[in-house]
Amino acid sequence: MKKRAIGHAGWLWTSLASVVAFIYFFPVLFIILTAFRSRSDTLATPPKWFFTPTFENFYHIFFRSMSNSTEYVATGFHVYFFNSIYISGMSVLLALIIGTIAAYGFSRHPLRGNDTYLFIILTTRMLPPIIVIVPIFLIFRITGLAGTYTGIILMYTAFNLPFSIWMMKSFFDELNTEIEDASRMDGASERSVFFGVCIPQVYAGLAATSVFALILTWNEFLFSLLLTNKLTRTMPPAMARTIGGEINVDYGLLAAMICLFIIPIFLITYLLQNQLLRGVTFGTIKK
Amino acid sequence: MNRSSGFLAWFMDPKRRGPMLIAPAITVLLLVNIIPLMWSFGLSFFKYRANTLKLPKFSWFYSYEKVLTKDNIWESLQTTAIIVAGSVGVQMVLGFLLALLFASQFPLRKILLMFVLAPMMLSNVAVAIYFKLFYEPEFGLLSQFVQSFITGEMYVLLATPAGALIGVIFADAWQWTPFVMLLVLAGLVSVPKHLYEAAEIDRMSWWRKFTTITFPYVRSLLLLAVLFRTIETVKIFDLVFILTNGGPGTATETIGVLVYRTAFQFFRTSNSAAMGYILLFAVIVLTSLYLYVIKQRESEEI
Repeated sequence: MKKRAIGHAGWLWTSLASVVAFIYFFPVLFIILTAFRSRSDTLATPPKWFFTPTFENFYHIFFRSMSNSTEYVATGFHVYFFNSIYISGMSVLLALIIGTIAAYGFSRHPLRGNDTYLFIILTTRMLPPIIVIVPIFLIFRITGLAGTYTGIILMYTAFNLPFSIWMMKSFFDELNTEIEDASRMDGASERSVFFGVCIPQVYAGLAATSVFALILTWNEFLFSLLLTNKLTRTMPPAMARTIGGEINVDYGLLAAMICLFIIPIFLITYLLQNQLLRGVTFGTIKK
Repeated sequence: MNRSSGFLAWFMDPKRRGPMLIAPAITVLLLVNIIPLMWSFGLSFFKYRANTLKLPKFSWFYSYEKVLTKDNIWESLQTTAIIVAGSVGVQMVLGFLLALLFASQFPLRKILLMFVLAPMMLSNVAVAIYFKLFYEPEFGLLSQFVQSFITGEMYVLLATPAGALIGVIFADAWQWTPFVMLLVLAGLVSVPKHLYEAAEIDRMSWWRKFTTITFPYVRSLLLLAVLFRTIETVKIFDLVFILTNGGPGTATETIGVLVYRTAFQFFRTSNSAAMGYILLFAVIVLTSLYLYVIKQRESEEI
């Protein structure tokens, strides 16, 4: 047990870590299990740990859900699910394009007061969304953007932009500028330096930035709660609405919706594990 | 590039390359963040309610005076402070311990690490909904555990002010401990191995090794973790809003929930703008401190 810090530890350490990881993962495991439980098993007391898995919850997201045993009611969750995909996909893409260009600018053509700009940009991301939302709500109401896809996509683009800029800047800063200078010497235009030399070197960065931005956007609650209507609503507020009445909360259905997002993301994040630290700190801490 | 005069040439001038590259980003941020912020700054000097058609009336510092003299902002700042202190404290301790566990190489490390990191990928809404279920008196795991092993009675955690605070802190700390772990882990991995080997030769005690070798390498990262998590936890809204809705009474009404209620339930729009600015000030101070530490750390390393 002397190997406290860095060093190789054997399977004993693995088993200890497994126990800790299991305890830590337990609430998530509970959600995943709930997604595969049948309706009658969901709220069994004591909880059923062994049950025959069913996909009915996943089926009900897209088709119909039982509000009680006799009546069939459409949940509308497929709409929210596709809204989430469309809105977060579009805004992540937009923020990635605008953010990458800006990050390249900040990294390669620094302005006077570069750090001040970057500080202000980071601050807009750090400040509580509740401050921004009050005037945005009024402006959207006046301009008619409230409840539209354009409005919420614009909002989320601005929400993701600081993150994309800081992330991509940290990747551009790491590149060796000699390669760029060499290709400039060979007569490459600025455009082909950007697209042909810089971008291919930061593919991993682009992937990491878009995945982490996607997680943040998909999970965002407050903006969507206040700026969408029932046609453009995304998953988090839709999920939150269902637990208003305490009695008939369909935890299985909610769990299935969480799983549809968390399982693919879980696998993708595993591949991006090396970029994780940078991802969670908005690119401010690299190593 | 091409030498033709006119707008395009002005646009493509190498002198303007930097500004032109960042212009789209700055435009979006101006439109969606900066201008609205200035708008609400202006609004905080007016008397305005968003649910009436009355025009805003200029009133100097009336909103600020109103907000600062009423008790509930101080109460909610206190609540926020308790949640931040509790949650960030727990995150730091648990995150550090988890990082120590995962700092050494062992089989399956990468996969097990992913399981620990999973909570960070959940939405706050998902965490809130399921912790509400866990704390639920009848079906909740906590209540069932207490019922069958300790008291034999149902346990209602969220009914008392202290219990509700603990419930919120526990859920938030659980979700964000992996964040602290990641940062500390980065520090632990960066310690040069030869230092430990030298310490081994000197027969240093575990505690000495920890304080003289390990800690200096993780110190700045710990500070960054505290600052980052503090900034994020001050904003806490989703979790509290769904888990307790500020209750019981106003026991868990954090500043975020208070601003939300003021703006969208009571429609005291200008008061909420004034509250927002008090909060904004705190966040700006914390963010600049954070970037200062980042700068310090980078200059130390080079």
